[in-house]
Amino acid sequence: MSDTAIKIENLKKQYTLGAIGGKTLSADLNMWWAKVRGKENPYAKIGEDTSNYGQKFYALNGINLEIKKGEAVGIIGTNGAGKSTLLKLLSRVTAPTEGRIRINGRITSMLEVGTGFHPELTGRENIYMNGAILGMTKAEIDSKMEDIIEFSECRQFIDTPVKRYSSGMYVKLAFSVAAHLDSDIMIMDEVLAVGDMKFQQKCLGKMDDAAHGEGKTILYVSHNMTTIRQLCSRCIVLSHGTVIFDGDVESAIEVYMGENKVSNAETEIAKVKRAPEFSDHKVTMTKLTVDNDQGQYMVGDVIKGKLFVDSPETIDDVHLRIIVKHADGTPITMSTSSSTVSFNKGENDIDFVLDTSMLAPGRYNLGFVVYNVNEYGTDQTLDGVHSVYVFQVSGGDGFNNNMEWKNKYWGYVLGKELEVK
Amino acid sequence: MQKNDKWDIDITPRRKWYELRLKEVYSYRDLIWLLVKRSFSAQYKQTVLGPLWFIINPLISSFISTLVFGNIAGIESDGVPYFLFYLCGYTLWNYFSTCVNQTSTTFTTNANIMGKVYFPRLTMPISSVIFSALNMIIIFFLSIIAMIVYRIQGFEIHTTAMIWIIPLLMLQTAVLGLGVGIIISSLTTKYRDLTILVGFGIQLWMYITPVVYPMTAVKGSLKTIILLNPMSAVIQNYKYALLGIGTFEPLYWLISVIMTGVLFLLGVLLFNNVEQTFMDTV
Repeated sequence: MSDTAIKIENLKKQYTLGAIGGKTLSADLNMWWAKVRGKENPYAKIGEDTSNYGQKFYALNGINLEIKKGEAVGIIGTNGAGKSTLLKLLSRVTAPTEGRIRINGRITSMLEVGTGFHPELTGRENIYMNGAILGMTKAEIDSKMEDIIEFSECRQFIDTPVKRYSSGMYVKLAFSVAAHLDSDIMIMDEVLAVGDMKFQQKCLGKMDDAAHGEGKTILYVSHNMTTIRQLCSRCIVLSHGTVIFDGDVESAIEVYMGENKVSNAETEIAKVKRAPEFSDHKVTMTKLTVDNDQGQYMVGDVIKGKLFVDSPETIDDVHLRIIVKHADGTPITMSTSSSTVSFNKGENDIDFVLDTSMLAPGRYNLGFVVYNVNEYGTDQTLDGVHSVYVFQVSGGDGFNNNMEWKNKYWGYVLGKELEVK
Repeated sequence: MQKNDKWDIDITPRRKWYELRLKEVYSYRDLIWLLVKRSFSAQYKQTVLGPLWFIINPLISSFISTLVFGNIAGIESDGVPYFLFYLCGYTLWNYFSTCVNQTSTTFTTNANIMGKVYFPRLTMPISSVIFSALNMIIIFFLSIIAMIVYRIQGFEIHTTAMIWIIPLLMLQTAVLGLGVGIIISSLTTKYRDLTILVGFGIQLWMYITPVVYPMTAVKGSLKTIILLNPMSAVIQNYKYALLGIGTFEPLYWLISVIMTGVLFLLGVLLFNNVEQTFMDTV
């Protein structure tokens, strides 16, 4: 018997762009008839770009992987990289277009917690139901029933219909069933984010046991780098349907974050898509220039920059706020100006100096918000963009300079030098 | 290089059309049983009469048929009391129509669960056929009780020695209902129009089946058409075995059994083909 748990060869999954069919036979016939006469598709939305309509799109484009027994593998990648498609194919929800997956051992997937839960059934009945859907026999569920109830912390309510449960209890119960599955390979899609903090830690602990104690093979998809670090020993980065990195966790996270490269001296922000809270912006930030064309800074450096703003009218008392986030998405800090500038109609610029001496080595990004304070003293946001300027802070001279800073253990803020006697 | 048979699961783009994996369905028998239990408790929790509705439903529809078809329209019933005649007709027909109706929406109603986890998809329609069987068996015993009551009142009912075929007829109804249902469910993942046709079609189907009229009332070429309908022989033989009316039709039964087998096989093949990728189009 070999020690390979999963072997994936040249796996491809193809989807057709645009709606698949017209949902009804008559709609499909209409579309076909319109095409025959060379007319426009009657079901296309007005103004919609249909040039890519019907084109083929590969959600997965040639994946080759081999996963050994007992490995805990994390899968990361931006939205649309193909993570969920891969998990769907692995859990046999849908079939691949090309390629082959071969699996050794029993496989269970937790793409969602509480699959098959019925609100009218009691907690206990739902445990049976859910367990059976996930592939357990009744005898197996019986033997684990006590453990499951214990783990779920819902013993008191176990014979109450789950429709009376709080949402927290519901997911706790659902997770408990999945966590007690007797399988060799477990596939998980961010389901660990359930329950309160305490329960989340408990879940992670359980998964950790499964991976390291019981020798189960785990495939875990998440956007949460902390849990990936905690759980996985190997990590795969997907991008546009292909594997771009396969190796140790820290390097993988590095590669994943490297996908948003550091910025140049000049950053265009006029066309950056605004978040919902900034969608009806009164002024428009158009451009950002900084004095550093590499996006590289040493610990303790300051960022000197100029923000260009297009204003439709004269606005006084404008403040600037800068939000600093780590590349993994963790917000670090915020700086705002107490001094104000005034905007004239047309193009304006704001010079700023951002002190980054509190930042530990790592990759960060900056978001900008301009706001003014009206005569009643309330803030009014004029425009804002998130994470537009990406830069790298490296260890400088002085203390700690010859040690690699580990964000995982030491965080993102640089402590002051320790004095000892 | 390993040999293929060493792997537990082998996922390839398309299964061979004959690769049905029915053994896997059997290994999920606990799931089938739990799904049956789930349907039962989900349907009757928080109802005052609970499973008593099983009895009330057929009683009311038989009663109404007695009024409409028997007393108003005056369709004959081969000398059997109207109420009993309709009750027996509905026993298997209702079972058949519920089977078709429920299994025909397998993919669309369960898309949620099926999109998240793998299990043999056939377990869903099978469980709903088993669940509906409960209903049918209760109506069956109800008609036995009705027969006894009529007996006491002095009606002669000639139950024949062929009564042993009744379980077979029930099984055939289940297989036929499942077969037709999964054919429809396989065809409706993409085009939902068919689902609307199903309810209508089943209703029409009932009128070419001797449910509310006896076979003796049908004459000429229409009779052959009606007898070629696989449900006709089933209901005809059922009434013959239980009430001793009409004739036993071995030839038409054989044809009906063959048709049942063909439809079921076709259904399983289609279902098997559709279940692999239906999530992309449903």
